[in-house]
Amino acid sequence: MLCATSRLLAARTATALPAQPRGRGPGARCRRRELHFPGHPELDLDDFLTGRLARPSVPVGRRAILRRGRMPPAVGGGPARSELRPRRGRCGPQTARVVGPDETAKPAARSRKRPGWGSRHFEAAGRWALLALVTLLSFATRFHRLDEPPHVCWDETHFGKMGSYYINRTFFFDVHPPLGKMLIGLAGYLSGYDGTFLFQKPGDKYEHHNYMGMRGFCAFLGSLLVPFAYLIVLELSNSLPAALLTAALLTFDTGCLTLSQYILLDPILMFFIMAAMLSMVKHNSCANRPFSAPWWFWLSLTGINLAGALGVKFVGLFIILQVGWNTISDLWHLFGDLSLSVVTVGKHLTARILCLIVLPLTLYTATYAVHFMVLNKSGPGDGFFSSAFQARLSGNNLHNASIPEHLAYGSVITVKNLRMAIGYLHSHRHLYPEGIGARQQQVTTYLHKDYNNLWIIKKHNTNADPLDPSLPVEFVRHGDIIRLEHKETSRNLHSHYHEAPLTRKHYQVTGYGINGTGDSNDFWRIEVVNRKFGNRIKVLRSRIRLIHLVTGCVLGSSGKVLPKWGWEQLEVTCTPYLKETLNSIWNVEDHINPKLPNISLDVLQPSFPEVLLESHMVMIRGNNGLKPKDNEFTSKPWHWPVNYQGLRFSGINDTDFRVYLLGNPVVWWLNLLSIALYLLLGSIIAVAVQRGAHLPAEVEGLSQVLLRGGGQLLLGWILHYFPFFLMGRILYFHHYFPAMLFSSMLTGILWDTLLRLWAWSLASSSLARGLYVVGNLSLLLGTAYR
Amino acid sequence: MLGFLKHPVVVTADINLNVVALTAMGLLSRLWQLSYPRAVVFDEVYYGQYISFYMKRIFFLDGSGPPFGHMLLALGGYLGGFDGNFLWNRIGAEYSSNVPVWSLRLLPALTGALSVPMAYQILSELGFSHCAAMGAALLMLIENALITQSRLMLLESVLIFFNLLAVLSYLKFSNSQKQRPFSPSWWFWLTLTGVACSCAVGVKYVGVFTYLLVLAVAGVHAWHLIGDRSLSNVSVLCHLLARAAALLVVPAAMYLLFFYVHLSLVYRSGPHDQIMSSAFQASLEGGLARITQGQPLEVAYGSQVTLKNVFGKPVPCWLHSHQSTYPMIYENGRGSSHQQQVTCYPFKDVNNWWIVKDPGRHQLVVSNPPRPVRHGDVVQLVHGMTTRFLNTHDVAAPLSPHSQEVSCYVDYNVSMPSQNLWRLDIVNRDSDAGVWKTILSEVRLVHVNTSAVLKLSGAHLPDWGFRQLEVVGEKLSRGYHESTVWNVEEHRYGKSQEQEEREVELHSPTQMDVHRNLSFLARFLELQWRMLTAKSDGSEHKYSSSPLDWVTLDTSIAYWLHPRTSAQIHLLGNVVIWASASLATAVYTLLFFWYLLRRRRKICDLPEDSWLRWVLAGALCAGGWAVNYVPFFLMEKTLFLYHYLPALTFQILLLPVVLQHISDHLCRTQLLRSLFSALLVAWYSCACHVFNTLRPLTYGDKSLSPSELKALRWKDSWDILIRKY
Repeated sequence: MLCATSRLLAARTATALPAQPRGRGPGARCRRRELHFPGHPELDLDDFLTGRLARPSVPVGRRAILRRGRMPPAVGGGPARSELRPRRGRCGPQTARVVGPDETAKPAARSRKRPGWGSRHFEAAGRWALLALVTLLSFATRFHRLDEPPHVCWDETHFGKMGSYYINRTFFFDVHPPLGKMLIGLAGYLSGYDGTFLFQKPGDKYEHHNYMGMRGFCAFLGSLLVPFAYLIVLELSNSLPAALLTAALLTFDTGCLTLSQYILLDPILMFFIMAAMLSMVKHNSCANRPFSAPWWFWLSLTGINLAGALGVKFVGLFIILQVGWNTISDLWHLFGDLSLSVVTVGKHLTARILCLIVLPLTLYTATYAVHFMVLNKSGPGDGFFSSAFQARLSGNNLHNASIPEHLAYGSVITVKNLRMAIGYLHSHRHLYPEGIGARQQQVTTYLHKDYNNLWIIKKHNTNADPLDPSLPVEFVRHGDIIRLEHKETSRNLHSHYHEAPLTRKHYQVTGYGINGTGDSNDFWRIEVVNRKFGNRIKVLRSRIRLIHLVTGCVLGSSGKVLPKWGWEQLEVTCTPYLKETLNSIWNVEDHINPKLPNISLDVLQPSFPEVLLESHMVMIRGNNGLKPKDNEFTSKPWHWPVNYQGLRFSGINDTDFRVYLLGNPVVWWLNLLSIALYLLLGSIIAVAVQRGAHLPAEVEGLSQVLLRGGGQLLLGWILHYFPFFLMGRILYFHHYFPAMLFSSMLTGILWDTLLRLWAWSLASSSLARGLYVVGNLSLLLGTAYR
Repeated sequence: MLGFLKHPVVVTADINLNVVALTAMGLLSRLWQLSYPRAVVFDEVYYGQYISFYMKRIFFLDGSGPPFGHMLLALGGYLGGFDGNFLWNRIGAEYSSNVPVWSLRLLPALTGALSVPMAYQILSELGFSHCAAMGAALLMLIENALITQSRLMLLESVLIFFNLLAVLSYLKFSNSQKQRPFSPSWWFWLTLTGVACSCAVGVKYVGVFTYLLVLAVAGVHAWHLIGDRSLSNVSVLCHLLARAAALLVVPAAMYLLFFYVHLSLVYRSGPHDQIMSSAFQASLEGGLARITQGQPLEVAYGSQVTLKNVFGKPVPCWLHSHQSTYPMIYENGRGSSHQQQVTCYPFKDVNNWWIVKDPGRHQLVVSNPPRPVRHGDVVQLVHGMTTRFLNTHDVAAPLSPHSQEVSCYVDYNVSMPSQNLWRLDIVNRDSDAGVWKTILSEVRLVHVNTSAVLKLSGAHLPDWGFRQLEVVGEKLSRGYHESTVWNVEEHRYGKSQEQEEREVELHSPTQMDVHRNLSFLARFLELQWRMLTAKSDGSEHKYSSSPLDWVTLDTSIAYWLHPRTSAQIHLLGNVVIWASASLATAVYTLLFFWYLLRRRRKICDLPEDSWLRWVLAGALCAGGWAVNYVPFFLMEKTLFLYHYLPALTFQILLLPVVLQHISDHLCRTQLLRSLFSALLVAWYSCACHVFNTLRPLTYGDKSLSPSELKALRWKDSWDILIRKY
């Protein structure tokens, strides 16, 4: 569709341009403006704004005169517009200035339009009132009975809990970026919630805890979606009814309503997505005044909102793609405009890089900085991160660690892989299944802290207990041959010439032997990377490799997730390739040896970029881990637009008050129908234009709105919907809601255009207007009454 | 009329001797010693078993691709008179004398050989010089990986052939578009495009990417056509309709045809039956059809039935119960109802029989005339051997504590009443009064008291449940899932009133006489769906690799090793060609964007026609490389180096395009141009030298000494096999 539009632009500029009375005033800027919105003579735009229908019977030539004649009202309309829509208003006067010369040239026409002033004021006030009404209605519906149900609903159990973690400053791990939860935490903090509620499971009563602050915050952002949608559609189509229709669709959609009422990330995410979209659209309409204050304002606001969207959930990436696409096509048009020097284009490019790449990245990074600064106490998320990282957290046993410094025989240790998000060397009382190597005990890596991560270092040749007080302490040295005994099951770390379960080129690693008695395949040579022979091995600091004595392979983790039989932990292998990679380098993290004195150690603090990278690796791994299983009810992307099945938010058997997330079927099916209709209509218009059909100006303007404005929204819908088909992770119904916002906006534009076209095709203007009004009203009412 | 009497009949034929020579060389390189080695080489072990199935007409299911490719290979077997009697179990196994190795390998080799002259044709159709076209063909000729892959019973070379054919015929078509639209040759090439596309998709699913590419190019051309104002509306419409018919309808029809031929070839039941639905199995000769023939169609009160789960994952199984009860206390301390276990059992067993009972009557026999059970009826299910009622209640299931336990009710007098009424919900009913039909109806059993649905949870019970699968009652509100759907597989009308007689009756086989047939479309849809959802095990193969390794040729596959000597076949590419092809792609991309940006500023470095040629060549060759390569990053199946070969072919086509462009447009002076040509000659002889060096590994005909093999191991990651003596 966009492709078609751009071709269409080319065709228009090539053929139709000379016929249009446009080459006036500061020509360059005017024309460039038209490259953005061709076929958008200012008059039509203004006419749409007033909701007036131009009479189709006016011949072309006369229309041209009329256009000139009516030009000034656009000027006069400037301030009026600025009043009625304050955000856009900053651009309004400048538009006026560009067409200024016209204004002076046609004083007569201006005077002719004078009488319109009063009514315009009236209209402006009306528009303000409408916006206020929309906002009010939205807030009223979202805040109505916000306190019910007074117990934990659905994912509130996660996000409420994480909000509490921020208030308590305990470190946790989640697959989503931190901004959304930080905002929830902030809202809770400001509203006096003390972070003591446990949020254990859905259905828990809040009782005296103050949860309204957090819910109110989410509902506030959720309520803003409706006015945002209203403004976006108004900006794209310049049609009040379209905007009203969209607002009504969203206000009365039960799904949007439900999703905005609880402590969830979705209202926050959708807020940022819509805000980004709005500022992008606003910025587009400032394109005729590049580098002006509003231009910069909207551009940087777009960047800020992008950072926000990405900071809440990774789904925010899709709106980034949309803005990226818009920016690229924008730059492409600028670049093709020969009246602009390359330097100017370069300036444009730099401005976009600054505001849309550098600024969001900085902000995104800043949210992480805040995240790590706030969460400085040890909590449930520690084990996911490297030893060095954990040392930052107060309360963690590595924080100002006081442990024996050098490894000795008999020490109980945990061994952590140096690569990010791999975890601790782990074993448990389960065997490898039949057909996968030898049927011996599994050895894996595991991200959580667990008793099964503990290993005892023993000498390879004796089974004597080195902790016997009569024996002297003997330190482990670089190059020693050792045995690692699993503390819980007393099996030795073992490897042999069997294929590893997943990485077939490597050898299998198992737990073998009974009570520490195994065979020579249990012997490993411990080596410190980059160290000379004979030195002791330091806890935390030393990077060690374990080399299997018999086969000569190196202990490592492939980072691949084992299937169900391996509890979805990660595979441990012994790799015959001796190339030094982080996968095969480990460090000793916990160290317990009663015979050695505890020494306070300062662990190397990781730098911020390292921490940032590490947390992303862990999040990606966590996201990949969310896989649906067979025989489990899962939501499929194709279920969503048809409103096939909702999500139960609250209400199991014991409560009679139930909340169910389900869209308003009228709205959703109308949306679906609209997308089909849009595709049909869009392709008809595109083909007609490509065939060189001569469209009347009225239809032309409408089709421009449809193709350009609607095209952007359609792109939004596609970007926020279709990637889910490719995702392997477990999906839920609520993932569709950002896409649903876009499709509702598209519906607004489409029906408005359709009705206008229909009205236009009936020649009589009064009948047409009546029809148009009736059609819009019936759509509105239909939505409202469901 | 009789003009031939006045004028002599003249046949003029233009024979491009280059093409002939290229074809001859291609045939020589691909067919030389084709039946050597006379042993199973690598994936032949995989395709071979399907050939055997075809020869024996046994139904099979292969999730890796549509049946056309397998059928082509089987055609070779058919022509060679193969009877299918060979056990394909081990790579390296010697072929027995009944296996016509030569004719089995002939088809892939022929397609591989024909790809060489086709490369020539494509480049000349793209409007490049004869020299460039020759270059492309010669590069194809000496590409070791392509040779290896064509000489064996594998499908990549067939896929590449159809990919190239689709591109070539589209180019021929679009070139004849300018001169003579709607002429016979125009129609021929247009249809051939569609046919070749569908063949490519039919050989392997990845062929769909080339198909989409051709469709996209055709779409862009059609869009220009729409914009051509010199054509009337009617003629534009005709053009569009012709394209739609040839590029959309023909491939779809061809694809259906493949399946039609496939299903009519393999009509006997075989080892893969179990994956299919009961209805499908009943349509195959032998197997389930033998059992289900002659069953009464309509399930009536008093019917004896076995209930099969439709989802059938992790294994297909039947609703089952047996004397044992649930343990009083589970390992984790939760309690159970201690009633009789209900499970799902993956084998045929007398305990799989259930009797449909009318709650209002006591008889367990079918009345005369039989009263059929309809959608919405409330029934009880009685376990045939133990005469206990299927029951569920608000007790947590053993392994899925969020669902209800399903049991056969035992009355312990412990204030736990029996709740054994089930409402029948026929999912695929025609009307709300639909009758429950054997095999055809898919039903859900909804518990009347608790609105729970009978569901296969997929978990294996521990030892107390004999490792059978757990059956639970799941809340109806959780929605629809195939694991809650069951169908009657075996069915007969119960006649015996007494329990003992009934037991004898249950043990007896069901009678048979009627054959129920499924329509082709239903069979196609089911087969296609099962093929797409068949799970390949995600485990890694010893020689599997990641797409990133392919471009740099960081991986290789050992195909075959001579049982005694160290002669071996190894899938290895011609390093020089791989490196320069990747380089050419990068150069093309850079140049393309450079020109594009400059054109945007109205600086035209290239004349219009050579720019268009440059763009079209890029769209087809660089685009062909991208669409055949990039999607592999998203695939979760096990990947091998040979998956890259279709992409590589397109990259090789791009190479002479870039070289000619450099020589024509970037070498300004004659001197530079001559220098460049000299460089090209040197480079090509270098490629030839590499080909020659790697030849023993390509053909596997020469046993090399360990030191020679070591010398060939140019990269550490190449797993060249070296025998230790």
